[in-house]
Amino acid sequence: MAMTAPATIGVPNVLCSEWTKLRSLRSTYWTALAAVLAAIGIAVLGCASFVQHFAPSDLIGFDAAAFSVQGLYAAQVLVGALGVLTISGEYATGMIRTTLTSVPQRRSMLALKGAVYAIAALVLGEIGSFGAFGIGQAILHQKGAGVSLTDHNVLRVVIGGGLYIAVVGLLAFGLGALVRRTAGALATFFAVLFLPSALIDLLPSSWHDTVMKFAPANAGTQIMSLHRQHDMLSAWNGLGVLALYAVVITGFALYFVGRRDA
Amino acid sequence: MIEVANLSKRFGSTLAVDGLSFTVQPGRVTGFLGPNGSGKSTTLRMILGLDHPTRGTATVNGRPYGEIRRPLHEVGSLLDAKAMHGGRSAYHHLLCVAQSNGIPSRRVGEVLELVGLAGVARKRARGFSLGMGQRLGIATALLGDPPVLMFDEPVNGLDPEGILWIRTLLRALAAEGRTVFVSSHLMSEMALTADHLVVIGRGQLIADCSTAALVASSSQSYVHVKTPDVDKLVAALSTVGATVAEHDQSLRITGVDCAAVGEVAARERVVLHELILRQPTLEAAFMELTRDTVEFGRTERVEIGA
Repeated sequence: MAMTAPATIGVPNVLCSEWTKLRSLRSTYWTALAAVLAAIGIAVLGCASFVQHFAPSDLIGFDAAAFSVQGLYAAQVLVGALGVLTISGEYATGMIRTTLTSVPQRRSMLALKGAVYAIAALVLGEIGSFGAFGIGQAILHQKGAGVSLTDHNVLRVVIGGGLYIAVVGLLAFGLGALVRRTAGALATFFAVLFLPSALIDLLPSSWHDTVMKFAPANAGTQIMSLHRQHDMLSAWNGLGVLALYAVVITGFALYFVGRRDA
Repeated sequence: MIEVANLSKRFGSTLAVDGLSFTVQPGRVTGFLGPNGSGKSTTLRMILGLDHPTRGTATVNGRPYGEIRRPLHEVGSLLDAKAMHGGRSAYHHLLCVAQSNGIPSRRVGEVLELVGLAGVARKRARGFSLGMGQRLGIATALLGDPPVLMFDEPVNGLDPEGILWIRTLLRALAAEGRTVFVSSHLMSEMALTADHLVVIGRGQLIADCSTAALVASSSQSYVHVKTPDVDKLVAALSTVGATVAEHDQSLRITGVDCAAVGEVAARERVVLHELILRQPTLEAAFMELTRDTVEFGRTERVEIGA
């Protein structure tokens, strides 16, 4: 009657299942396409405009690498929304009950779901980053303003742009798993990304430096700057701080998913 | 086999499930009945490890759900027709569930065939009717060919043909020796499908018995007799412990069965014109049983257009 059941659910089983879930929703493809197009499209528009209104004085302090990947700021919103929806969509539709009755090891399930999503976000981020950099530099080269991947720190900016997208995405996923409701999680995600800069003037001025330095987006985006910014963390320290936020949020989500009723 | 022992669940100030204990045996369909809000779904969710019990335990084949290694091979469940992502096709919904338990993908095709959804396998579940959603949910439950099956309101939203299909399926699954546990509020359906009943009200056990026994135990169950010699029969019946009420030129006899009434009549040489066992429907028996426990009691009269 019952099939002979293999010993236990393995990590590959859950990874395979979660990958099927991600790739079998049309919204995944639309969001992924929009994110890559945003990264590349903004590079084209920005660099074309720079070339069109070019004056030699523009080159003073110009960071061609960062300039060409600025579309990642738009892409992070889309990839982050995908991260929120990956888990909040399960709660919204009721799929979570099927997921948890299939894989009752909730923490492992959520960790592996997060891993599948984060790898997808990394791939999207790198495609967007390398795509935007390639096209952007091709345009900037017309005025001799471009840089090459072999130039000092450039590869770090371009690879780092994709890493930034993946880490922001993991932060969004963690918030989605913690808040569970799509609207609430998206609002929280946007607040985490944008509120610190928006509200900075309301804070006591003695806090400004610290908040500007350690706000998640400010810290993480240092990886996309060729030169170290004044009063900001270094590239890798900055990304590390952002990753710490993502890991702490996801850690809370992992802790609570085992304790709460589904 | 499903075992629930002293199970309780508190939500804030509400005790949704209150010290519930029962066992669901294999080889028969066990109906899980109770008025709305009586704690049926919460009990099922605790058996499936979705809600944590405040007290007590629920085990399937001797283990708490969370400790089952490949749950789909041991327990198939349908909690509601909406436990799926509407943006995913029927095929991909089943595929991702199957993969999580290492079930080969050819099984997806088999269960789609079994529930009659093979023709719409590539359609997104969002466009499915409630009945098709139920069928997809049942396909999900059957993926691992499990010996224990739990269905919450499986006939909801189905047309008569679909209801007959479910009834036949549930009985066939039980006949194969599986444990089949089905909640419903449709008494007429349960009367036809369930061999055994677990009845709860306000989170407490009210009855755990066979369907036939539940109906027979109702106070609305009686032996109806018509006779030209009422007085003689009434006198004779009172000596065997029967309670007799005269009603519209006939007798309503409780406390003894048809056979006993017939034997008394024969011994006393009383002519009987009618001798019938009158039983309430399962619905009436259920209403009598749970009258005091309905969560949202109805007022006797509803004024319309006041």
